[in-house]
Amino acid sequence: MEHTSPLERILRGIALTAVVVFFMFPILWIVLMSLQTNETILRSPPSMVFEPTLSNYQAIISGQLTGNTATLEIKFMGNLLNSIILSVGSVALALLLGVPAAYAFARHKFRGSEDIAFTLLSFRFAPPLLVLLPLTIIFQQIGLADTYIGLIWVYQLICLPLILWIVRGYFEDISPDVEHAYRIAGHSWFATFRHIALPLARPGIAAAGLLAFIFAWNNFIFALVLASADKQPVTVGALAFITASGIQYGQIAAAIVLSIAPTLALALYAQRYLVEGLSLGAVKG
Amino acid sequence: MTAMLNLQGVNKIYNPNSRHPVHAVIDLDLAVQPGEIVALLGSSGCGKTSTLRMVAGFEQVSSGSISLAGRDIHTFAPARRNVAMAFEGYSLYPPLTVRENIAFAMKSEKMATADVTARVDEIAQLLDIEDILDRYPTSLSGGQAQRAGLGRALVRKADLYLLDEPMGQLEPQLRAHLRGRIKHFIKERGLTAILVTHDQTEANALADRIAVMEGGVLQQFDTPAQLKDAPANLFTGTFIGEPPMNIFAAQAKSENGQLVFALDQGVDLSYDPTAFPDALQQAILGLGTVTLGVRPHAVQVRDHGAKAQVYAAQWLGDQTHIAAHFAGGSVVSVHHDRVSRAKGEEIGIVIAPQDLHVFDTASGNAVSHGGTLA
Repeated sequence: MEHTSPLERILRGIALTAVVVFFMFPILWIVLMSLQTNETILRSPPSMVFEPTLSNYQAIISGQLTGNTATLEIKFMGNLLNSIILSVGSVALALLLGVPAAYAFARHKFRGSEDIAFTLLSFRFAPPLLVLLPLTIIFQQIGLADTYIGLIWVYQLICLPLILWIVRGYFEDISPDVEHAYRIAGHSWFATFRHIALPLARPGIAAAGLLAFIFAWNNFIFALVLASADKQPVTVGALAFITASGIQYGQIAAAIVLSIAPTLALALYAQRYLVEGLSLGAVKG
Repeated sequence: MTAMLNLQGVNKIYNPNSRHPVHAVIDLDLAVQPGEIVALLGSSGCGKTSTLRMVAGFEQVSSGSISLAGRDIHTFAPARRNVAMAFEGYSLYPPLTVRENIAFAMKSEKMATADVTARVDEIAQLLDIEDILDRYPTSLSGGQAQRAGLGRALVRKADLYLLDEPMGQLEPQLRAHLRGRIKHFIKERGLTAILVTHDQTEANALADRIAVMEGGVLQQFDTPAQLKDAPANLFTGTFIGEPPMNIFAAQAKSENGQLVFALDQGVDLSYDPTAFPDALQQAILGLGTVTLGVRPHAVQVRDHGAKAQVYAAQWLGDQTHIAAHFAGGSVVSVHHDRVSRAKGEEIGIVIAPQDLHVFDTASGNAVSHGGTLA
């Protein structure tokens, strides 16, 4: 072990604290805001001292948004459910399609394989607006506009390339001889994929799935254009808080806390996979 | 005797439809007898590994056929070929211990647990890995992992054992020590094995016959002794043997009743024609331009003989290598005792007719070995 002087340790502690405060403060502030009324939030100068209230959460969960002048109905809990359906659905579909595809790209060099893989990746850097307009028209014609299936389909533009490329790097890291040894010991190609390749790539698959989930959850533009009110996820639903009579900061904050809670919990739970998966798979692959 | 493994007209072409197809194995015919250990020997890229992988089923044959124990296997999936394979690189199943790795294939053969344990212990003892049986692959050194992989292959019952550089990562002492044991193990059970290696010492020590490959072409398939005494062409002549064979370009002619090989810089090697049968003399004189080869061990350093100038003399602990400028090139002579020769010293080089290998310069094929027509 390297020896560190007390001074170095103190400096390191200060630096770490600064970084943590910088990144965590917005979250702390949002949590604090969600426990205040609009009046206490907007007072100047802002203060950390206030009487906590759960009225924002109450309003959001009950769906009654009480403004200064009128009561507005919002379906934030419906939005939350939509987010869950869309994110889980699209990640599940992307895993189902992407993991076998990643395996194929990693293990078999066929004609045009690099081109196909790159085309899939290019979905990630194409601006969404590029495809949105034609997609809207096509979806309306074939009846996929404003359906979960249609949205999950479009969400593949986000999830599939991510999963494909991270998991591919993972499969490439597995020595092919491990699979060869299993195949020559009397097992089929598919058994090898299931019993050797999949378990060995599991951390990568978990990391990719998690990232894809977060990206899908955070998506705004596809849902804004392609979904009507009853299919909108939280990202779009939050717009409802900007009302004619003012911006409901307290309720927005409560909504944000509720909407980041699932991804935050998931990320904390699977932190280890995330770090491992990204550092091993994506960087090397 | 019918061959255990028979390769007929096997070709392997990678990327056949691309702009740069690679013809890795060309028209390979090879027959391995039951109970025989055959080494595929060659430098990297010679096609030996491609050949092994085609036998295993990881590469498809582009044309030709492979049969094993009477079955045409080249269209079979690897699982159905009934071959066992030890890999050069990392190939153990990471979530299993070494013991579980070795026992893995026997589980599907539905053997009794006591038998499995006995077999694993026997193999572990053979390969000196008893102490790591309960460890996981990630905690092993390269050499330990390789031995565990070798054990996993040898423990199985198969028609054919494929060993791809099975000892490449072992310490030299351990390698020498295990070679003998592994050979004994294979021979005692009458197993048939193919060994891929670029190390000729390993091929010589383990194999009954060696197939020397270069550029995708089988150069010679023979016993280690024959490869050394009667190389089929210049490639095997210079590839087999350490230090490599000395090679000289020569013009053959008949002069004053002697068979004379005129080397560069006016060096003549003259031989009494009785050392060469008539047919051979005709063949050599008919070619005119030939390449002479002589093993360093057979180069005699005398006071008489063709002049050469020493430029290096090294005592390697068990033999002396003397290198000298000779006939526009250099000649290396090996002696089993300590010979001291100063740099720049003039010596005489004598090459006995029975040590002379004559090759056709144009085709590279051998014409004669020590006065016998090849």
